[in-house]
Amino acid sequence: MTDLSGLRTPGPTIIALTEPFWKGGEEGHLMIQRCRSCGRVVFYPRAICPHCWSEDLAWEQASGRGRLKSFSEVHKPGHPGWLPVTPYVVGLVELEEGPTMLSHVLAAGRPPKVGDTLVMEPTDIGGRILPAFRLE
Amino acid sequence: MDAWAGASIVGIGELKPERRTEGVTTLEILARVSRLAALDAGVEPGEIDGLLVGPQVGETPQHVPATVAEYLGLKPTMANVVDLGGASGPGMIWRAAAAIASGMCETVLCVLGNHRNPEAPRSPNRNPIREFDVPFGASGANISYALLMQAHMASYGSTAEDFALIAAAERANAQRNPNAIFYGKPASVADILASPMVASPLHLLEIVMPVAGGEAVIVRSAKGAGKGRNKPVRLLGAGEKVTHRAVSQAPSLTSGPLKPSMERAFAQAGLAARDMSLLSLYDCYTIMVATTIEDAGLAPPGEFGAFLRDAGLGPDGQYPLNTHGGQLGFGQPDLAGGMTHVVEAVRQLRADAAGRQIRNATTALVTGNGATMSEAVALVLGAEA
Ligand SMILES: [Zn+2]
Repeated sequence: MTDLSGLRTPGPTIIALTEPFWKGGEEGHLMIQRCRSCGRVVFYPRAICPHCWSEDLAWEQASGRGRLKSFSEVHKPGHPGWLPVTPYVVGLVELEEGPTMLSHVLAAGRPPKVGDTLVMEPTDIGGRILPAFRLE
Repeated sequence: MDAWAGASIVGIGELKPERRTEGVTTLEILARVSRLAALDAGVEPGEIDGLLVGPQVGETPQHVPATVAEYLGLKPTMANVVDLGGASGPGMIWRAAAAIASGMCETVLCVLGNHRNPEAPRSPNRNPIREFDVPFGASGANISYALLMQAHMASYGSTAEDFALIAAAERANAQRNPNAIFYGKPASVADILASPMVASPLHLLEIVMPVAGGEAVIVRSAKGAGKGRNKPVRLLGAGEKVTHRAVSQAPSLTSGPLKPSMERAFAQAGLAARDMSLLSLYDCYTIMVATTIEDAGLAPPGEFGAFLRDAGLGPDGQYPLNTHGGQLGFGQPDLAGGMTHVVEAVRQLRADAAGRQIRNATTALVTGNGATMSEAVALVLGAEA
C-alpha cells in the first residue's frame, strides 16, 4: 500500500467541539454525534442538531462501515502536498448510520466502483492518524 | 400580477477577459465595467441610488459596498454584498428588483469583477470543508464536481462523450464571440476527451479557464426604464435556494437546488423551459449543465445526452445554449462569470448579439450556481413586447 505518512499535506483544523471525532479516528473508532432529542445522526460534528436545533448531542461509535456514493481519482490535486501520490482516490462514504462523509479511499488491487462497501481504516496521512477507508 | 413592479434591466457592461492583470485592483475593474453599463443604459452616475457588489476576498474583507460606492462617487440608499458564488450575479438581479419594488431605490448598479494576479493568497479558512475534506486530499472545486459527475454516470450510465458534447457545443458558440478567451480555438468532442484527466471523470477541457474580467448590469424601476437608450429587458420570474456548502452534505448528487428555483421562476413567469429562446445556463463544469438540463425538465433524469444530440445548441438551433460560449468558452472571471449569463441574455433579448443573434428572441432562462451545486438562482427574462 502507498505510504502516505511522509506527505506534507494540511491536517485537520481541530477545535474543542470536534476533537472527539479526530481522537476517536486515531484510536480506530469512527465517532459521530446522535441527537438525543430527534434521534438522528449528525456528521460533521456540530454545536446543535441541524434537524431539530437541539443542543443535546451525544457521541457514539459508528460501525465504521459505509457505501461508496461517489469517488474521484485525483490526477491534479488542489493542494501540492498530494502531488507525490497522484493519482489517488477520494470518495463520498455514506455511513451505515446515514450521514455522508468525504474521506480518502486507500489504494487496493482494483479501482473502486460506486456502491462498494468500505471499512474505516485509521491511516497515517502526513504524520497524523486520520479515518481513511479501504474497500472491504 | 407582477411581483417585480416592472423592474427591468436597462444597461449592461462587460470587459474582455484577460489571463493576467498584474498590478490591477478589483476596484479599477469594477469602475471600468460600471462606466460601460451606465453608458450603455444612458444613465448618469448621480441617478444610481442602489449598489450590489460581490465579496472581494484578499482585497477588501469588510465594508465592501461603502468602499466601492466611495470609489465610484455614489451615495446609494440601498447597498449590499451578494455572496452566492456563481449565483451572485443572477441573485443580484432579483434583489435589485425587490429593492426597487419596495421603494428603497430606483436605479441599481449590480457589479462583479476580479483581477488575476499571480500568487493568489490561500484563504485562511477555518470552516468545515477545511477541517473535514482538505485533510483527506480533497481541495478545490474540481474534485467536488468530479464526484457529482461520477455519481451521474453511475446512476444513469451517462458517458464521457455525453458530457464532452456540452464543452464542444459551447466552444463552437464561442467562435462567434470575439471577446471569448477561446475565440479562434474550437475543440471537438475528441479533443475534449483527449485532454488530460484532472480528477476522474473530469477532463481539463470540461473545466472553465480562470480569467480576469468584469460584468455590470443596471436594473431600473418601470418608471425610469422607458427613459434609457435601450429596449428594457423585463424580469419575469425568479427563484433561489441554498442547500449546503460541502459536497458531502449535498441532499442529492444528481439533482440540485436549481430544480425548485427554476420551478418557482417559471411559475412566476407563466412559462416553461421549452418556451425559452435562450438557455443561458451556468457552466463551471460540463456536469453542471447536464444536471441543469435535467432539473429544468428538458430531459428526463439521466437523459441529457439524448437531448443534446437532438437539440441544436447554436444560435440557429432549437435550444440555443450559452450563445456567448458560456464560461467554458468565454472564460470564468471568478464571481463575475455567473453574470456573463445575464449579460448575454440581455444582448439576445435586445437583438444586440451581433453575429450570433437568435431570431425573434423573446425569453431567456438564466441560471446561477455556487459552491458545489449548493447556491442556486434562476431568472426568467423577457424582451419588452
Ligand atoms: Zn435533533
